[in-house]
Amino acid sequence: MERDKIVRFSIVVHAAPYSSEAAASAFNFTKALLHQGHEIYRLFFFSDGVHNANRLAILPEDEINLQQQWDNLITVNNLESVVCITSSIKRGVLNKEEAERHNLESNSMYESSEIGGLGQLVDAALNSDRVVNFGS
Amino acid sequence: MVHDMQNKDPQNIFTFISRSAPYGSNRPQLCLDIALTVTVFGQDVNLVFWGDGVLQLIKGQAPEAISSKSISSTLETLELYGIKDIYVDEAAMNKHKLKPSDLVIEAKPSGKEALLTIIERSSSVFNL
Repeated sequence: MERDKIVRFSIVVHAAPYSSEAAASAFNFTKALLHQGHEIYRLFFFSDGVHNANRLAILPEDEINLQQQWDNLITVNNLESVVCITSSIKRGVLNKEEAERHNLESNSMYESSEIGGLGQLVDAALNSDRVVNFGS
Repeated sequence: MVHDMQNKDPQNIFTFISRSAPYGSNRPQLCLDIALTVTVFGQDVNLVFWGDGVLQLIKGQAPEAISSKSISSTLETLELYGIKDIYVDEAAMNKHKLKPSDLVIEAKPSGKEALLTIIERSSSVFNL
């Protein structure tokens, strides 16, 4: 794609996987953007959207594990992915550092995402051509 | 890949359209949380209460009865954060038989046309 047609996107997800189509739509949209050569500035997961970063999900064999798909997409494309700390710790989505801070034996978050705050959502809006929200 | 936080343009206008009734979901609180964070970045904020969102503004709520935190106290801090451009859906006010004096904060009654203009002039719109 020509350089001047590349659009810089940020994707905001506030829906959990499986209970609605929103999180899967966000995933497919992100994949399509990358396929078309657009730039992803940041993925931002908050509210119920933090469940997309849970690495402990087990799916029946004939269903798609959306959390694993996100992890793969983020890792392969070296995307920046941020999970809102306020939303995530109250839903039990914790990375290694947060689990240790709260004296918990296990952690539940994919390492492809980092924990951050709402400031990074505002920063994403300020530095992207388009911010697209996916929620219920 | 990690981006440093930066601000390339100080002229951004963020519009938040809050369309949900209080307490039934976390959307009203999320909307206010993001709007307040935006003010910390020194950006202009429009706050629009649309549809059932106008119910958030009614005085004299007692959410303790359902173990919830009142949204009114957050609404009252908006002015301290410099959020002054607050709009309320005229049609929804009429539907719920609300007068400006029934509301905890001052908001400009607006119709669809005004909302369209606000959205057109915004660099980012959040719909919650």
